[in-house]
Amino acid sequence: MPEITKLIHKYLRHDKKFPHVWCPGCGIGIMLGALIRAIDRCGFTKDEIVLVSGIGCTGRLPVYVDFNTLHTTHGRALAFATGVKLANPKLKVIVVMGDGDAVAIGGNHFIHAARRNIDLTAIIVNNSIYGMTGGQYSPTTPYGMKTTTSSYTHIEQAFSISELAVTAGAPFVGRGTVYHAKLLDSLMEKAFMKKGFAVVEVISHCHTQFGKLNKMGSAVEMMQWQRDHAVTVEKAANMTEEELKNKFKIGVLIDKDLPIYLDEYEKIREMAKTKNK
Amino acid sequence: MGTKEKKTKIDIYKAWCKACGICVAFCPAEVLARDEAGYPYVKFPEKCINCGWCELRCPDFAITVYKKDKGLKEIDEEQKK
Repeated sequence: MPEITKLIHKYLRHDKKFPHVWCPGCGIGIMLGALIRAIDRCGFTKDEIVLVSGIGCTGRLPVYVDFNTLHTTHGRALAFATGVKLANPKLKVIVVMGDGDAVAIGGNHFIHAARRNIDLTAIIVNNSIYGMTGGQYSPTTPYGMKTTTSSYTHIEQAFSISELAVTAGAPFVGRGTVYHAKLLDSLMEKAFMKKGFAVVEVISHCHTQFGKLNKMGSAVEMMQWQRDHAVTVEKAANMTEEELKNKFKIGVLIDKDLPIYLDEYEKIREMAKTKNK
Repeated sequence: MGTKEKKTKIDIYKAWCKACGICVAFCPAEVLARDEAGYPYVKFPEKCINCGWCELRCPDFAITVYKKDKGLKEIDEEQKK
């Protein structure tokens, strides 16, 4: 299997500092591998891809890969990506965000990008915390967990990013974990091939902040947690509510066809042209 | 290299490895082990089943598994390229 590593190296910027900046065992590295493999399998060239990111641990990702990359302000990655896509619809625009970036600071951009159905792919790495800034709680921090800003346990309920995306009207929503790396490959591949706003939520871990404060152990133990708490959509269909308690579904959560913003916009342009004649 | 038996070769690129232990913990055949500093090394290469999960799950792209159907000589030649 040397092909896999060879393939990854084909897309890396070797003039940047390696090993990369993320902590030992961080899920973002695994997700980056899946992203590269999926892009390669879809057959996109390096120049066709635009990788947009915001701020945070995930925001560092475009630095290391040799695509057209854009490192934008906090939470505004989707807004910049919308601009890129509208200016040049031929490009394949992929947005990578963290949970804080996507649903806290950029929450409004996220729901409206999903509602508008712009042809983008949003990959959201959900590690339940703001890792880079020191472990503050984020909208996806589960109830009862400890963070540096909720040291007596967290009293708010968590967002489910995937369910939010489904409700906001995204035509494709998938959820995977960094433990299930092959599933992540296929989810990303499906998302890239999907016409419209596609969301892939990647359940990751932050053992440096979240794991340490909640005594969940190392990266390995947190990945074991993912393994034990993830249930595939197919399996979950035959399970009772009681059995699904404290578990989360992985796989394709929704896949439907909706009119795409750019196609509709083109129709309006045509209408306006014929009307003025 | 006279034997017909094909062996697996696992390469660990130490310069990029951060010793997180993921490859060792999730190896289904217990091929890998950790040294005193926590870095992985290939303890039982003959046990490898070629699943490639260590390579897929390595966050630092520091481990490579070569296919079993290739002989070690072929691998060496491939690496020289």
